[in-house]
Amino acid sequence: MPKAIVDGVEVEFEHGMSVLQVAELAGAEIPRFCYHDRLSVAGNCRMCLVEVEDQRGRAPKPAASCALPCSDGLMVHTRTDKVKKAREGVMEFLLLNHPLDCPICDQGGECDLQDQAQAFGRDGSRFAENKRAVEEKYMGPLIKTIMTRCIQCTRCVRFATEVAGTEDIGLLNRGEHAEISTIEQAVQSEMSGNLVDICPVGALTSKPYAFTARPWELRKTSSVDAMDAVGANIRIDARGRSVLRVLPRLHEDVNEEWLADKSRHAIDGLSRQRLDRPYVRENGKLRPASWDEAFKAVVDRFNATAADKIAAIAGDQCDAESMFALKTLMDAKGVKSMDCRQDGAALGEGGNRSGWLFNTTIAGLEEADVVVLVGSNPRWEAPLINARIRKRFLTGELQVFGVGAPHDLSYETTWVGAGPQTLHDILDGRTPAADALRTAKKPVIIVGQGAVAREDGAAVLNIAGQIAEKYNAIQDGFNGFNVLHTAAARVAGLDMGFLPGEGGKGMGEIIAGAQSGDIEMVYLLGADEFDTETLRNAFVVYQGHHGDAGASVADVILPGSAYTEKNGLFVNTEGRVQASRLATFAPGDAREDWTILRALSGALGKPLPFDDLGALRQAMVAAVPHMGGVDQIEAAEWALPGVAGDMQDAAFEPIINNYYMTCPISRTSKTMAECTEVYMAGSLDQAREAAE
Amino acid sequence: MLADQDRIFTNLYGQHDWRLKGAQARGVWDNTKAMVTLGRDRVIDLVKASDLRGRGGAGFPTGLKWSFMPKESALPHYLVVNADESEPGTCKDRDILRFDPHRLLEGMLLAGFGMGAHTGYIYIRGEFYNEASNIEQAILEAREAGLLGEKSEATNGWNFDIHLHRGAGAYICGEETALLESLEGKKGQPRLKPPFPAGAGLYGCPTTVNNVETIAVVPEILRRGVEWWTGLGPERNRGTKLFCISGHVERPCNVEEEMGIPLRELLDKHAGGVRGGWDNLLAVIPGGSSVPCITQDVCNDINMDFDSLRAVKSGLGTAAVIVMDKSTDIIQAIGRLAHFYKHESCGQCTPCREGTGWMHRVLDRMAKGQADVEEIDMLLEVSYQIEGHTICALGDAAAWPVQGLIRNFRPVMEARLSGKKVDVAEAMAVAAE
Amino acid sequence: MAIQVTSRPTPQVGEFSVSETSAARVEVIMARYPEDRRASGIIPLLDIAQRENGGWLSKEAIEWVALTTESAPIRVYEVASFYSMFYTEEVGEHVVQVCRTTPCWLRGSDALTHAAEEHLGIGLGQTTDDKKFTLIEVECLGACVNAPMVQINDNYYEDLGADAFKGILDDLAAGKVIDYGNMTGRIGSAPEGGPQALKDFDPSINAGKKLPDYSVPAES
Repeated sequence: MPKAIVDGVEVEFEHGMSVLQVAELAGAEIPRFCYHDRLSVAGNCRMCLVEVEDQRGRAPKPAASCALPCSDGLMVHTRTDKVKKAREGVMEFLLLNHPLDCPICDQGGECDLQDQAQAFGRDGSRFAENKRAVEEKYMGPLIKTIMTRCIQCTRCVRFATEVAGTEDIGLLNRGEHAEISTIEQAVQSEMSGNLVDICPVGALTSKPYAFTARPWELRKTSSVDAMDAVGANIRIDARGRSVLRVLPRLHEDVNEEWLADKSRHAIDGLSRQRLDRPYVRENGKLRPASWDEAFKAVVDRFNATAADKIAAIAGDQCDAESMFALKTLMDAKGVKSMDCRQDGAALGEGGNRSGWLFNTTIAGLEEADVVVLVGSNPRWEAPLINARIRKRFLTGELQVFGVGAPHDLSYETTWVGAGPQTLHDILDGRTPAADALRTAKKPVIIVGQGAVAREDGAAVLNIAGQIAEKYNAIQDGFNGFNVLHTAAARVAGLDMGFLPGEGGKGMGEIIAGAQSGDIEMVYLLGADEFDTETLRNAFVVYQGHHGDAGASVADVILPGSAYTEKNGLFVNTEGRVQASRLATFAPGDAREDWTILRALSGALGKPLPFDDLGALRQAMVAAVPHMGGVDQIEAAEWALPGVAGDMQDAAFEPIINNYYMTCPISRTSKTMAECTEVYMAGSLDQAREAAE
Repeated sequence: MLADQDRIFTNLYGQHDWRLKGAQARGVWDNTKAMVTLGRDRVIDLVKASDLRGRGGAGFPTGLKWSFMPKESALPHYLVVNADESEPGTCKDRDILRFDPHRLLEGMLLAGFGMGAHTGYIYIRGEFYNEASNIEQAILEAREAGLLGEKSEATNGWNFDIHLHRGAGAYICGEETALLESLEGKKGQPRLKPPFPAGAGLYGCPTTVNNVETIAVVPEILRRGVEWWTGLGPERNRGTKLFCISGHVERPCNVEEEMGIPLRELLDKHAGGVRGGWDNLLAVIPGGSSVPCITQDVCNDINMDFDSLRAVKSGLGTAAVIVMDKSTDIIQAIGRLAHFYKHESCGQCTPCREGTGWMHRVLDRMAKGQADVEEIDMLLEVSYQIEGHTICALGDAAAWPVQGLIRNFRPVMEARLSGKKVDVAEAMAVAAE
Repeated sequence: MAIQVTSRPTPQVGEFSVSETSAARVEVIMARYPEDRRASGIIPLLDIAQRENGGWLSKEAIEWVALTTESAPIRVYEVASFYSMFYTEEVGEHVVQVCRTTPCWLRGSDALTHAAEEHLGIGLGQTTDDKKFTLIEVECLGACVNAPMVQINDNYYEDLGADAFKGILDDLAAGKVIDYGNMTGRIGSAPEGGPQALKDFDPSINAGKKLPDYSVPAES
């Protein structure tokens, strides 16, 4: 390995690294604004200047270390007078036209410019002229702009163009009139919130969070996101009982350092329409009740109903522990009609885990050379996975094909067909997708819920599996077959078998049963994502956190906790087990969900065999061993999933029609409502037209 | 004075026909085929042997630059001619473009052949509308005559075509990588180097960018012989050069002269001398606005070539000689240049974007006497904060005139700012000692 | 066609379109660049669009260029805002640009600016009420030995005095077609009164000569 000497410290480095990266390896701190390790190198802020020296001697000019490839034997000086002076000079220039409005700037306290001015700047400015003012720009409902603060580092331009894949931010004009702008349109991306994170100053700040809090007032909790099945690592910033903001946490294998907009900005929904006390329906109307009253109503009905007339449905944002507790309770009562697949997806049959996981893993997508999307719009179903596909696409090594309704995925996609028939074509070697698959080294098939949440879902899943097998997607150490989930709770539910037992009913039959009278009682654990009106004839217990679809038909409401209010495990679409942590307490009388079920089991006279979360987890791990490996993926043994059978002609329907509203939290969020208005107007009209 | 038969640009003033016929009558396109027949390596070797240095300002050896182009490459090679002549004081390429376009086209063919390029672009500044029109017609003529385009007898089968690309008003596009960005349809913001254009230039392909004059003299060097060329001018500064003489001379003009001609001779012989006589000379900017000015005492016996001017902390640059007599408000004159650089900064990197405006504003105040004497040192320091810290040379180009001003005319500035009556001539004399 | 690597808004062209002559010119220009590099046409096409749109670039004109060059509109806005020859606000029929950089300033460009201001009754950056003239100062136009000079639309008027300048403005206001170039009858960039070099030189003596003997390898 080549070596360099940084401030006298010898360090080995890999070919292709920049001087800045090598200096960091050696422990030298290099200030920077424009440089960002996930964006292309712009080299424009000039803050990272260092002196370099080789056999020919010291270079006459300091070099921008971010843009200079390190060569073997290079000597790097980061602490010389010349470097100090250069940094002071650049810092002074940056501050010339930067307003000193830190006291009213939301970036204050977490501002690169502030920090680096302290560390590397002069003690004062000599600039006696007038400062420049720049007009604000419109970037959408999530980003507030105070463009006078902008230092023209162009990180936002590069993020939008490269990572988000939307070309709508640019640097207009030239010289001192240069300014960042859009064409007065909202940034067309589900990743736009990241612009705020990458802006090193207070030019782009979070609009919903404007003037809300100072960073040092916040209580920071590391957790995971539950808005989709990616399991993005997040940091929840709270003050008192309120979650004020959510930021991404670095996880190279999951979200890198990005976060999708819904995960970041739906949180105002956490404080709206909350179920903060139990309710009981009396004379057709829900009335507030005590926990005892509510439990009594549930117990009375439970005891009066035969086990085969009871059903339980787990929702999309449930933690694994509460599902496990509910399942254990239902098992104990002999209830067999259970399901965690509100959309009726044909997944989970036969315990073949390779048939419901994103086996390639998210990071594994970076090896793929062909991706075939089946009934999936990853841009809305999992924006971060879409970003990973795009990242691979930008290397020029990836071709993407789609089967289903065409979407703009932010990278070139060849849509080869609309429905199951196309899968036959691909399997039989027709379509350009087949041509590409034939020569692919790491082919990847991604099956969306739109392909399997339909009557012929099992057959679709099966043929997708056959395609994977035929085109060599199943290799030693590589599995190119993937199911892309949209629900954070789904994989854990499937893993633990929150599915109909022997003779039990699944989702569709439960609904039919509720209407026919075969099912008399339904226990909804945070389940809101289906037409709950179909349950009107049954006695419905709703345990959850929002007054949404489930609560509206409930006879008893047991107030539970949102994902930010409990310690729980989630298993993402890859099968990665991750822990969420309690950041704030649920409002009012609401409780952590597993404790509600534990208490209910006592009232039912069948106390669950765990008294604390640790014991519950132990029991769960005993039943589902891989649940014990937090941040681990237990790879699944390949077996052909689904059931061969006839398929319909109908095209695959999108599973999400409005990215910004997919759960009770996001549906009550004002911010998401604004986003819906701004971003979805066109798409919703189209969807409506298509439906008509 | 350079003998007329040693001049290359025999239609510099446009007295003769600029079209193909006229050009051919002046010897342009003579023996082109024979020169191509010398072979690629030989052409580069001859240009190397001629010691030709680039005429765009930096004076980089042309043959060496061509030899950076890869010998073998799967990618197309490009030759790009920099006709974005915008350096204040400079208007020499314009005369080639409008009055002798075929000299440029022939040079491009030879250069393109030497570096393995089949395509050449001429990037001409957008304001040169009529000049661009002549070039475009010349290209059509040359294609028609089989001198460009598909394999032809006239070029010994070397397939080479030339396209014109008009800019749209940006000095920075004279910087070679900014020019390439502009040619690709982007803002003219210089690229980070490495990679250099010879490795990854236009469209990411091997590219060489040369100045108009550089390319236009090549055929004549080969035609008349390297020895003829190296017989002119001092060592390392060979050949002839187009000089642009503007400002306070009796008769401003362009002229082709031998490298190393004494400045005074250049001004006296061709431009009728300094307005009001040599003793009325205040300062000269000898190589376009980017180089520091030199005072009369230096002008007395300075020779006009790269190395001589470098030795007096200035430069030959584009050989645009801007003459200022004693009536000139030197602070305002340099302040005007500071405004130019502020206006032309691309805005990409911090020191130039912010620093050029700062320098201009301070100089503007200074010209009006509205600054403190201490600000002179501050201004100097600001210029050093820009110099050497930017992506491209525009930062340096903006800093040098200001440094030249302070170095040479500090007493004038101090007098203006202190409000005291100071005998400037006396102060200057003291400062000079 | 270039591979689309990002999503981008569809250009909003509205009613904007170009004449047949210009459309043919677009074809000529686009043929100069490799097929997958249509963005190279942005600058020349903005020029065409500006000419077609009365001398300035409307939003529709800019987005027409985006459409034609298969580029994201923001990229074209960037270019349109960067280069000084593009105007994103309405300008007069004659855009009068007085060169103000040092070589012209030394030869009296301030007097030209004042003459135009006085004669047209407008300040710098303004357009006359009859939309005939827009007056602006411009940085070095590269005709320094013929200073001072102005550019009006496509043409240079060199060695210009204040009175001649006013005359030109009057002629243009009257709709006359006028000569451009040197205003003093000077030959190109030769010194006033005739050149010292190439005075009576017959350039044809350079033609038809033999190439030197290159059979001996050159030293390099």
